[in-house]
Amino acid sequence: MQKTFTISVFTENVPGLLHRITTVFTRRKINLESFTASESETEDIYRFTIVVKMNSREEVLRVVRQIDKIIGVFNAFIHEDEEVVHREVALYKMPTKTLVNGKLENIIRAHNARILSVEPEYLVIEKTGRHDETQELLQKLKPYGVMEFVRSGLVAVMKRPYSLEKYTQKEPAVHS
Amino acid sequence: MTTPSHFPGKLPGQQNQKQRPAKQVITGAEAVILSLIEAGVDTIFGYPGGAIMPVYDALYDYHDKINHVLVRHEQGASHAAQGYARVNKKTGVCLVTSGPGATNLVTGIADALIDSTPMVCISGQVPRHLLGSDAFQETDIIGITMPITKWSYQITEPEEIPWAIARAFYIANSGRPGPVMLDITKNAELGTLEYEYQPCTHIRSYIPVPETDPHALQQAAELINQAKKPYLLVGHGVLISEAQQQLRAFIEKTGIPFGWTIMGLSAMPNNHPLNTGMLGMHGNYGPNIKTNECDVLIAVGMRFDDRVTGNTDFYAKQAKIIHIEIDKAEIDKNIKVDVPLLGDAKAVLQKLLPLVEEKSYPEWLQEFRECERIEYEKIIHHDIHPSSEGLHMGEVIHLISEKTEGKAIIVPDVGQHQMAACRYYKFADTDGMVTSGGLGTMGFALPAAIGAKIAQPQREVIAIIGDGCFQMTIQELGVIAQDKLPVKMVILNNNFLGMVRQWQQLFFDKRYSFTELVNPDFVAITQGYGIPAKRVSTRDKLSDSIEEMLKSEGPFLLEVVVEKEANVFPMVPSGAAISDIRLE
Ligand SMILES: Cc1ncc(C[n+]2csc(CCOP(=O)(O)OP(=O)(O)O)c2C)c(N)n1
Repeated sequence: MQKTFTISVFTENVPGLLHRITTVFTRRKINLESFTASESETEDIYRFTIVVKMNSREEVLRVVRQIDKIIGVFNAFIHEDEEVVHREVALYKMPTKTLVNGKLENIIRAHNARILSVEPEYLVIEKTGRHDETQELLQKLKPYGVMEFVRSGLVAVMKRPYSLEKYTQKEPAVHS
Repeated sequence: MTTPSHFPGKLPGQQNQKQRPAKQVITGAEAVILSLIEAGVDTIFGYPGGAIMPVYDALYDYHDKINHVLVRHEQGASHAAQGYARVNKKTGVCLVTSGPGATNLVTGIADALIDSTPMVCISGQVPRHLLGSDAFQETDIIGITMPITKWSYQITEPEEIPWAIARAFYIANSGRPGPVMLDITKNAELGTLEYEYQPCTHIRSYIPVPETDPHALQQAAELINQAKKPYLLVGHGVLISEAQQQLRAFIEKTGIPFGWTIMGLSAMPNNHPLNTGMLGMHGNYGPNIKTNECDVLIAVGMRFDDRVTGNTDFYAKQAKIIHIEIDKAEIDKNIKVDVPLLGDAKAVLQKLLPLVEEKSYPEWLQEFRECERIEYEKIIHHDIHPSSEGLHMGEVIHLISEKTEGKAIIVPDVGQHQMAACRYYKFADTDGMVTSGGLGTMGFALPAAIGAKIAQPQREVIAIIGDGCFQMTIQELGVIAQDKLPVKMVILNNNFLGMVRQWQQLFFDKRYSFTELVNPDFVAITQGYGIPAKRVSTRDKLSDSIEEMLKSEGPFLLEVVVEKEANVFPMVPSGAAISDIRLE
């Protein structure tokens, strides 16, 4: 049985790293469920959040060690679901006329979603949550005619403390 | 992904340096050459073309400081750089043009990565403003080589050149060595910079040598001290880390018998009393059988390649495994180990030595000797003293080994002749074997022998080449002729792609699908390059012909016509357990 693993990779901000990291997966024919990147809390240090489905933590570890050794990568961490707090954002574009009888508003409220904007023709609903939650809302909205649906990659923070301190000092200047 | 923030203005990890007055203003092209000289480069293997012409022009003024070897195909440059690097531990350098010049390096780069060979490849590229326009001879060489390089970088501004070159050499030849690709756009070659070179000694996101866990050292020592049938595997890491002395001290103190991978060959002399021979698919009988009988297996600087392990479901399951390894990613990759000892082989062995007890295992060693006796009777004797009429690869190698006293650098190509060379050349000196182990690249030997000879001119360098392999890089005879390199070449000609034919015979019902070769006259071709050459096809002339080759001052090619359909044994059929090794 495949399990979902989240991998957090901390890197330098240099071009090409994205390609190097993804080829670690693609050459092993491992499909990426989701892939996001942003600057971390430390200036100049970037953070990739990768979601994969694999058979075991051991198998993920073998792949993560290949990522770890890429020059430009500081460290990579593996997490199972319960080790992180994670979210995805989903946007749903619906015909505005579906608002009329109040049923849609009830669904939106029940799912802790919100209306981002209302135009004469369409409105946009935003839902932040776990994958299954945004999926469930999608199912509920479908009978009303979903015009567009999009979901972001997963972002996650770790429950346990971590430190990149040993990496983050600047490289020593030669003439000092 | 965000846009690169580090240039112009700031390179990753670079601090504002103190301003030093009066820096030289030079072109990027000249900065390439000066930086290479600063990095300790004395030899470049290359081939010019449009996008790299400014660098070649700059090289013109420095040809007294850098020996440029003009290969005949860029693949030749890559293997020559590998041969050069492998025998003297310096980084091999290739210089090529954009597009086809760069893509012709790809095989050599892949080979260097899998065989942990330090190499810096520099390619020209179209000017920055044309990137992505499908300009003449534009190809995305950085994209193409990313999965087969340790690091790569596209230089688009002249100011980046000294920084990138310093970094490239540091990365290529630290930790587990590997190839680096630098792609320089023509505008960066032609533009100017205030030149200053600073060696790179540290990269914050790169730990070349991991720390060794002292607990693991204790654990390993305990396992070793309690072992009844310990066995040690010598890999390429021993040669790379130059741990020969430390390994010898360790082996001699503990009395542990050892076997070797083809990449670890020559790290210990073949005549060492604890040597048991070659591991893997065409290795010796004992090492394969006994790997599956030992109680403690100590792997030093090797990566449990499938050609060594056979079917991993049946590999050393009974043994506790200790893995001395510099690359963390190799731990548990193919074989689950009990005690990983991370670090440089030399340092780890040094730390382990005082913790282990002095011992010997005469009965255990005797078991290996018994296997040797069986293999000698069934195979080796017939290989080196054949009674059949046709010449055998084994006897040729055996004679060369005796006549050179095991002191030559042997550069086999890929196939049956490679296995014969590994099995029957008895190495007395270290760094004697240069071969394409991980990638198995046909055509490797001739250019690699050129590189090895340039790096170690005082040593005899003998390429052992199959008739198929020879025709993959035969054009490099031109380099040997032009640069008058006294490389010896032995062509073992069986008129077949022998190794593939062997598999067809054994596993495909003798259906010889496209493995027979109609060959040209190799002697005439070689003589056409002005290189002395000779053909021998009978046993009575073999010894004298080898003597003649070895006595000749310059280059020499000896074509030995060998039996057409001989096989290499022993053999572990692919997918089988190593203990199911076949003797016939
Ligand atoms: C570039 C490349 N293509 C194909 C192969 C597959 N291959 C392995 S050994 C071999 C035959 C080599 O023939 P030859 O050089 O005549 O040597 P022999 O085995 O006869 O000694 C082939 C085709 C390879 N290793 N490398």
